[in-house]
This record gives sequence, structure tokens and C-alpha cells, in this order.
Amino acid sequence: MDLSAVSPALYSLLGAVFNLSHPGHFIHWHWINLSVANVIVIGLMIVTFIAAILIPFPKHKTEQGEAHD
Amino acid sequence: MTEVPSKTAGNPEDAGMWTAKIRSRVVDALPPDRLLPDRQPAYVASWIYVFGVVTIAALVLIIATGCILAIFGPQWWHTNSFGHFINSMHLWSVEVFFFAMIVHLWGKFFMAAWRGHRQLTWILGIVTFLGSIVTAFTGYLSQTNFDSQWIGTQAKDGINATGGGAFFNVLNFGQMLMWHITLMPIIVCVLTALHVLLVRRKGVVPPFPTAAELAEASAATTEVAP
Amino acid sequence: MSRKKFNQDRDVGEWKGKYAPYDIIKEGTIALLVVGILVLGLAVFFGSPDEHAITIKQWSTQSTQDFIATAATELDGSSFIANYGPPYTNTPNAAQKIGPIALPEITGVRIPINTAEDFVLNPLRSLPGQPALHQALNTYTTASAKQQQAWSTAYANNAATTNSDGSITYNVKYVNGQVVMPPGNYGPVSTIMQYETEMARSGALDQALITGGDFYTTNYTKPSLFLADGQYLANVGAAGNLGGEQWGMMNETGAFPGQAWLWLYTLLYQIPPYSTSWAANADAMVWFTMIILTGILMFLPFIPGLRSIPRWTRVYKLIWRDHYRQA
Repeated sequence: MDLSAVSPALYSLLGAVFNLSHPGHFIHWHWINLSVANVIVIGLMIVTFIAAILIPFPKHKTEQGEAHD
Repeated sequence: MTEVPSKTAGNPEDAGMWTAKIRSRVVDALPPDRLLPDRQPAYVASWIYVFGVVTIAALVLIIATGCILAIFGPQWWHTNSFGHFINSMHLWSVEVFFFAMIVHLWGKFFMAAWRGHRQLTWILGIVTFLGSIVTAFTGYLSQTNFDSQWIGTQAKDGINATGGGAFFNVLNFGQMLMWHITLMPIIVCVLTALHVLLVRRKGVVPPFPTAAELAEASAATTEVAP
Repeated sequence: MSRKKFNQDRDVGEWKGKYAPYDIIKEGTIALLVVGILVLGLAVFFGSPDEHAITIKQWSTQSTQDFIATAATELDGSSFIANYGPPYTNTPNAAQKIGPIALPEITGVRIPINTAEDFVLNPLRSLPGQPALHQALNTYTTASAKQQQAWSTAYANNAATTNSDGSITYNVKYVNGQVVMPPGNYGPVSTIMQYETEMARSGALDQALITGGDFYTTNYTKPSLFLADGQYLANVGAAGNLGGEQWGMMNETGAFPGQAWLWLYTLLYQIPPYSTSWAANADAMVWFTMIILTGILMFLPFIPGLRSIPRWTRVYKLIWRDHYRQA
């Protein structure tokens, strides 16, 4: 299936808006050498974990019930 | 609607049948309302609890996009724009999968989720993590591009050093592809299913006891005789 | 019946508290939709990398000196792969060790590679016609092993030299389709290397290495190992920050995120003693360490002290703050 003939707009959209196929940037700190992309992913993971713990979860009406054992 | 009456009459003399035995054990371990509960203890109320199911959702997407890639073959995505897009979905599903899995791992660690005879659930989780890494690794080797060449020629030294290279040849594309699309997905899915079924069986781990609860629990148990 | 003393890092009490409705199927469906939209967005915005594979043809065309010098080391048996040890060769004391144990020697040579035959002589034998080539091959293979070694080693040593800093000086040149070597006694090896270079630059060597004269194959061991012995592949990798000392195991080509979950595995290679006194066995020692650490993670529930860290760090007080407030 070649979309370039069928739908030029969809074809270019499928080709990615941001081109990451260029040489990456790297963070050098002492002997540590990490790509910016990886640092962003790891940072987002830590932020997500902290947010997941801190952000309140919607509460449902609780009921006293037996355990379903 | 006329239903055929169930032939499972539960006759005592049939209790020794393999079928009856397995059915009894399965139904005892996971009756329907434990398999698909609509209630959870009130302490299950934090966003940290969603990362297990988010990991599974990502796994579903990985498999779905992987199936589409399988329909057209391992080199389709190099020359077809829709194929490249599906490959992108497959790659980002994997990134989300590991992201969610590790946040889930951190959450379960800080909850000490192995408490209360849930050690096997924890162990299965770690084994699933390892299985996922092997799946991702064989996936990178199946890309049929420079990345596969690089990862294969570099990773071979580590695997060879353990003796594994004699059987697991990272430069054998056919072998790596078949591990990636057949063996490892089955292993990861089975491990995930066992992990989830154990969570259903044991329930979600309760919080650490308060001081009062700890005193009560300690008083209720006695020292083990050496 | 005696029971173990209650240990709050191992045991739990029975939950006698409240329950709340929790729709796990709805939660799963929402998760699938949210993750689906997220993945769709990431794929649309960032795509995925696809750098073309390197062929022997590309290597020998773009870096001809490196190709010839590498092929010479394959013929004379001085290359890295020729001396790798199991699973490729029988080279003694080449296998990496964990203490006194060399695991590759136990599993043995299961993927036998003879670099001279597999990368040079056999592919050349498959070329039809070429009387000068087959004459040279005949002269080489009927000579004594000592004579073969003398010719091929002289060629390999003169083609390129490795400097003390690890860089390579190429003395061989490729001018107007001719391989030009410094003077030396190379016998038929000069002709052999000339045809090897032409075969590579034509693309025919890729095919010969991949299929080995057969029709179907899915095994790329031979061309991959040959490529890995040269500097060209290594330079492309280093340019993309994919090399071992560059934490490359974690990285992806281009600016894409890679494999962040390999951080500890990658890190070990960078620090002593893996990078210093254990360097000759670094791969084996890193794997051994990771197996131990993974075992600790896996059996954490049974390890006193480590399994108390969640209670000591008190992150759980945040997770279950509503529960503790009501208790």
C-alpha cells in the first residue's frame, strides 16, 4: 500500500513531524555520558512516579464488605 | 432459549477424574468474582496503581502493531510509508511499555508488595521484566538495518563471554527473528498472565500496619520454636 | 501449631476494612485508549530511525584502505575474529574468564569460522574465469603452511600499522583500480588481495559471504564478523555515540531515546575494575555481576535489611495517606 499517491497529506504526516534522524546531543558529566533523549525519558519517569503518588485519586463511595475469599 | 443441562453433576465418584480435579482447583483458586472483581479494598486509591494496567495496554499495542508488521514481512517498513509508521508505533509502544513497567516496579517496591505470601508475584514480575528485555533485544536485531548490524556485532561479545553465544547467535537473523515473533511473545504473555492471576488470587497488598495494628498482630503470633 | 513472629517487612494482617467499587475492565479499556493515543502521537511526531545497513561493497568503496588491511589480517589469521576463541575458533586462552572458569570453552566452538577460508579464499574460488586469480589461489594453497604464513603476514604487516594510541596508519593505497602496496615478498597474496578488493567493490563478495553459494539463507554471521573486524563499521558507530566507552549500549541512532533500562549494564563497563584490571574479561565479569544483582532484585523479598527499605523510606505513607488518615 503506497499512500504517497493516495493521500499526500497523510503520507507526509506518517513521515514524522520532528526529524530525530540527526546526530544526537549528549550530556557529559564527569565520567557519565548520556544522550539527551534518554535523560528526558528518565526524568519523565521520575516526574511521573512522583506525580502518581502525590496527585489525588478520585474517591468512590466505600462500603463495609466481606473479602471475596 | 433451551440450554443443554450441564453434565457436571459433581458426583462424588467422579472426583478423582483429572478434568474434575483441575476444574475444582481452578475454580477454588479463582472463582469468577475473584477473577474479575468489581470491588477493591479502600486503600487501592492512588494513581500509582494504574501503571500495571498501562503496561499491559502497551503490551497489547506492541502485539497488535507487531502482527501488522508480521503480515507484510520484516523488510516492508523500509520501503513503505505506512509500514514505517507502524514500525514507529511499535517502537514507541515499547518505550511506553518499559516506562510504565519500571514506574510500576518502583511503586511495588515502595509498597513492599511481596508481603503476605506475594513473593512469587514479585519474582514473576522480575522474570517478566527480564523476558521483556530479551524480547526487545531480539526485536532490535530484527530491524534489518544498521542498528541491527551494530547491536548484533557489539552484543555478541557479552553473550559469547557467558558461553551463550554457542547457542544464541545474535548474528543469525532468522534465529533472532523467530525468537522475537514466536518464542519471546509467548513467554512474556504467559508470564504476564501468571503475574496478573496471582494478583487476583492474593489480592492487592495491604498497607503497612499502624502501630496499633502492629501490636495486635505481634500479640496474635508466637515465637517459632528453634 | 506455632506461627512465625509477625514481621511487617514480610507479613500482612487480614484486611477487615472497607471496599469500594473498582471497574477493572473499564480501567483497562481507558488505559488502552490513552496509551493508544499517546503512542499514535509519539509515532506521528517523532517517527522511528532507519539507517541503512552497511554492505561490504560500501565499506570497500568508501574506505578501501581499511578494507584491504582488514582482509589481509583475515588471510594471515591475525584479526580479532581469527583469534576470538569459542564459539568461533579454537584459539587457546582466548575465551573470557570468570575467575578460573572459561564458560565459552565449556560450550565450545559451535559456529566455526576460518577467516582465511571463509572471508577470502572460498569467495574468490567461486568466481568463474579469472585464470590469473585461480593460478594465484593454486600457488597459495599448494604452498606449505609456513610459506603461506610468510607471504600473508608480510602483506598484513605492510598494509597497515597500529600506532601506540590505537590509531591506524594505512600504507596500502588504492589508485586507479589497483592495490598499491609498499615493496615486499607477498607471493600470490598480491593477486589474491587485488581480486578480493574488486570482488568486494562489485557487491559480489556480499553475496558470496551471505549465501555461501547456497540459495536461501537467514544467517548473516560471516559478513557481520568480517565487517566488525574493520574500522569502518566502528567509526560509523562511534560517530553516532554508540560505542562501548560512549555508553553506547543505552543509545539509539540519531537523537531517539534508546534503551534506558540498560543503564546499570552500561555503567559497569565504564568503572573500575571492569574498565581496568578486569578489562580483558570485562564482558564476562559484567554479565556475572548483572546476574548476581538481578538475583538480589528477584529474591529481595527474602533478604532482611534490603526488604526493609520500603518501610524505612516511608514513601508508602504518601501512597496510602488517605488510609492512614482514616485509621
